[in-house]
Amino acid sequence: MQNYKMLNRKLKKYSPVFLGPMLIAFTTVFIVPFIMGVYLSFCKFTTVDNAVFNGFENFINALSDTNFLNALWFTVKFTAVSVITVNVIAFFLALLLTRKMRGSNLFRTIFFMPNLIGGIVLGYIWNLIINGVLGLMGVDITYSATYGFWGLVILMNWQMIGYMMVIYIAGIQSIPGSLIEASHIDGASAFQTLKSIIIPMIMPSVTICTFLTLSNSFKLFDQNLALTNGAPNRETAMMALDIYNTFYGSIGQQGVGQAKAVIFAIIVALIAWIQLRITRAREEQL
Amino acid sequence: MNKQKTVLQAIFYIILTALAIVFIAPIIIVAFNSFKNKLYIMSSPFELPNSNTFEGSNYLRGIVSSGFFGKDITSMLTGFSDAWENSVNALSPIGAFGRSLFITVFSVLLILLCASMCAWYINRSDSKFCRLFYNILVFSMVVPFQMVMYTMTSTVTNLSLNNPVGIIFVYLGFGAGLSVFMYSGFIKSVPFEIEEAAMIDGCNPIQTFFKIVFPILKPITVTVAILETMWIWNDYLLPYLVLGSRFKTIPVAVQLTMQGAYGSVDWGAFMAMLVLAIIPIIIFYLFGQKYIIDGVIAGAVKG
Repeated sequence: MQNYKMLNRKLKKYSPVFLGPMLIAFTTVFIVPFIMGVYLSFCKFTTVDNAVFNGFENFINALSDTNFLNALWFTVKFTAVSVITVNVIAFFLALLLTRKMRGSNLFRTIFFMPNLIGGIVLGYIWNLIINGVLGLMGVDITYSATYGFWGLVILMNWQMIGYMMVIYIAGIQSIPGSLIEASHIDGASAFQTLKSIIIPMIMPSVTICTFLTLSNSFKLFDQNLALTNGAPNRETAMMALDIYNTFYGSIGQQGVGQAKAVIFAIIVALIAWIQLRITRAREEQL
Repeated sequence: MNKQKTVLQAIFYIILTALAIVFIAPIIIVAFNSFKNKLYIMSSPFELPNSNTFEGSNYLRGIVSSGFFGKDITSMLTGFSDAWENSVNALSPIGAFGRSLFITVFSVLLILLCASMCAWYINRSDSKFCRLFYNILVFSMVVPFQMVMYTMTSTVTNLSLNNPVGIIFVYLGFGAGLSVFMYSGFIKSVPFEIEEAAMIDGCNPIQTFFKIVFPILKPITVTVAILETMWIWNDYLLPYLVLGSRFKTIPVAVQLTMQGAYGSVDWGAFMAMLVLAIIPIIIFYLFGQKYIIDGVIAGAVKG
């Protein structure tokens, strides 16, 4: 303990070297802009220098903007559908690929690959495919918001299934083999083993995957921009894109954009907080 | 019983193979469309190129119009001469590919160095300030980019960091949360005694860190490197806002080609660009597949 204190003092002299670069960079690009952002959400401004305080007006404008409310609803719908489809498909693929069959590594490699491609490129790849299919009916993805919605869901599935699958595979592989063996000896059917052993044992993975897809779907931007860019008529713009459009696509609305961003950040933080609570509660149970 | 099992196995293989085809097909379709004449891409995207529709010059046009490579490589590949230098599309010495590579490599190296040092210091120090700093770093991981994008862009522009070197500093700040968090999780399990012995033997903290600690951190360094590389290489909005169209990275070049086209898109050149954007990722994946998948799992579980 004596040593520890002495070394701590020795360490302190070096704090500029160890902490300095990170502290400066993080303060410059995150802490300062964050505080400015919170303040500016209560101001009318067109550049950071001409801000005039105007109370809650931006928030009132934001919450009465039909584009924003529409984007919020669209995002919620999209997130709900994506979370379910991605996780169900990923989980079943993980079950199949942990059955000790030949070639499962090759399948894993293929399913995971789309996750590495960036959102913009992904969006344009699917733009070609979806417009190709819809072209057979003489329309394209900008024809109706329904097409845009399902286009985004398909894209999200294509990108996220492999990612969630590898997490589920890791979860399933960490179940002790003896447990599954014992259930076989006791005469449990494959379905009973799944229901009573595998699913309860991988609940931590389920939490992780649910919240990863949840926050990734909720914050989706690049794919949205590249696939539909909100068309038709901003109906398929999700929250991140709507905020972007408010900042850069309209005149004098920066304050409203910043207020929308604050609302968006609060919702995202709330989701993260719920996840933390659930994870903590589970850890306490164990 | 055994026969039933074989049948079941066969059904599983059929399902998996069908899905694997669905997963690869979009990339394959883009790839063969990149060899078709631009008139035949949107009208019949699912037809293979034939002698009527084949077009070999898509890649040359894609490379030139997007500025994918710099001036020298482009003129070497295409034979375009000096006439280009005075045109609107005059190419800079470094293309989008080189710029993406430069920004990604140096940002990741800087993040690894600063984050590991920072995380070690935070964990070995007992000051309240370090705790607070760590908590704010973790908090920053939750905050969506839209919250700070406008104010960050103006701050960075005011500080003249809106160039390919300055953006490395911006990435250091935005990469701080995840990287310090991941390193901290790992450092908690590293015993203090080895460092203590080194320091008592006369090593100063810097020597101790680089000779003793940093080598121990290797597994987590690989994980952090992969996560940050995937993020920075594919990032669109941050480089677009900070660097704009003057210094295009690959995702920005792809997006701006489409955004600036207003309906008159050269689909042939565009398909070629998509393929060029995907190839580096596939090469990266083939070489580091095991590390990438393991790293992504570790990142998800800890994040």
